[in-house]
Amino acid sequence: MQKKIEPFLYLAPALLVFILIFGYPLARLAVMSLQRPSQGQQTFVGLTNYKSIFSDSVFLTAVKNNAMLLICVPIMVVIALILAVFLFERIRGWQFYRTTLFLPYLLPITVVGLVFSYIFQLSGVLNEFLALIGLERLGLDWLGSPRYALYTLMFVVIWKEVGFGVVLFLARLMSVEEELFDAAKIDGANWWQLQWYITVPQLATVIEFFTVVSVITMLSWVFNYVYVMTAGGPGNSTMVTELYIYLTGFRYNQMNIASAVAVLLLLVTGVLIFLELRLRERSELMQVVG
Amino acid sequence: MNRRDLFLRWIGVIIRQGSVFLATLLSLFPVYFMTVSAFKTRAEYIADKWGPPNSLYWANFTTAVAGEKFFIRFANSAILTVGSVAVSLIVACLAAYAFARMEFPGKRTLFNLILSLMVVPPVVMVVPLFVSMVRWGLVNSYTGTTLIYIGLLLPFSIYMMTNFFRTIPWEIIEAARIDGCSSFGVLWRIMMPLSAPALITLIVVNALWVWNELLIALVFMQKDELKTLMVGIAALRSRNYVDIPATMAGLLIATIPILVVYMFGQRYFIRGLTGGAVK
Repeated sequence: MQKKIEPFLYLAPALLVFILIFGYPLARLAVMSLQRPSQGQQTFVGLTNYKSIFSDSVFLTAVKNNAMLLICVPIMVVIALILAVFLFERIRGWQFYRTTLFLPYLLPITVVGLVFSYIFQLSGVLNEFLALIGLERLGLDWLGSPRYALYTLMFVVIWKEVGFGVVLFLARLMSVEEELFDAAKIDGANWWQLQWYITVPQLATVIEFFTVVSVITMLSWVFNYVYVMTAGGPGNSTMVTELYIYLTGFRYNQMNIASAVAVLLLLVTGVLIFLELRLRERSELMQVVG
Repeated sequence: MNRRDLFLRWIGVIIRQGSVFLATLLSLFPVYFMTVSAFKTRAEYIADKWGPPNSLYWANFTTAVAGEKFFIRFANSAILTVGSVAVSLIVACLAAYAFARMEFPGKRTLFNLILSLMVVPPVVMVVPLFVSMVRWGLVNSYTGTTLIYIGLLLPFSIYMMTNFFRTIPWEIIEAARIDGCSSFGVLWRIMMPLSAPALITLIVVNALWVWNELLIALVFMQKDELKTLMVGIAALRSRNYVDIPATMAGLLIATIPILVVYMFGQRYFIRGLTGGAVK
């Protein structure tokens, strides 16, 4: 009997935290998204909240911008892949480079975002540099113009997140057996063939992992960048779903609308994770609890 | 090797070194820019944004620390970080011990459920958590916010410790049990000491996460005297007067703990953050 209870004694604190921090709030979230306050009482209104967000142009802009951010993902994969391969070829100082390339990933987005907003100011260091090399015509109000602000933001996101990919790919490459590369070289494979037939297939699972993680990042972990650098502006041109939830919930006090958006975001993330887990199970990359 | 091959080889070296060097330059530039600006006077900053400062102007640091209730913010961040990292570590180790070394019904399902919590975006939780915390009277308190951080840290911590505990050979545990060690004794005297590298990794990664976190701190620590360093920094953006060098000095102070930890514990960072994917 004691044997049967024992595991749950060890699990109890964790389960208690999960119920308080995930279980109960998630249930509340689902209920709130179906309610609206009327005369100080929450009343059930079905899918009204969901319908109303889809007629809100700000929400639609936010979704469109999140979709735009997804463009970062293939760019990040390619850059990380190139850098990881170069480092793997043990170019001079590769360990130093690995350290520095990973650094942006660890810095607080809040700090980095603020520094970048000074760099990208109209009178900032970037435009001064462009003027210095005679390209002052390229000088833009990088974060202040509705046309370019989102692209500037994308640059910063890539700048910060790409180091994770480099380190991830490099770690995987180092665990590939050297013979595989040697054999291909003996068979006379040139550099491109080596990458295409050995490196990329060997990295397939981590590339897939990094892609999924990055997609989730673009859809639901960019709040800090936007909040610090543009606050959604100018004129909602950098509004994203997360900021929309934050603003409707905490600035405009429409918790029910915010809940509906949160439920949708959770569903999208959930589907992605489900697909990733299925892929992983298939590839047997993850062999945790047997 | 003929001349053409030699030439191609040199081109290859130049392309490799060149692109990696450029990427490194880009990676480091904001930190460089922040550091040199922190030591310039305002006039100097306006005149020359690129170069190193003429002389080290330390007054920026005094200004940064004097304004914005810097020390209180720093302390608040430290309290939340230490509290949530310590408690989540203990709770995670207890749970991981059950997952790694015991059999019970529903183990796999429960474990996968916890894994899936790893990617629930905090922004999804923020609205219902706020409503719940209001009800429990825990908004604007260290307890409430620490509890939320513990919850958000636990899934990854449990995952990582379970993986590590599973690598500890059964024979060691069996031997300890035969010598009369209790089940908790095995965890405390055998598993934990043997897991020191994993524990350090986890502490470093989790501490970094809490230190850098903005959204939860923004929503749940609204009172001025409770605000964290990152919330204070984020508020600087909307300031009308801007003393950029002093701001940079403040940012540098906020970043230094991370830089120091990274310099000493680099391998723990890399292991911790890639450990989930590369096996």
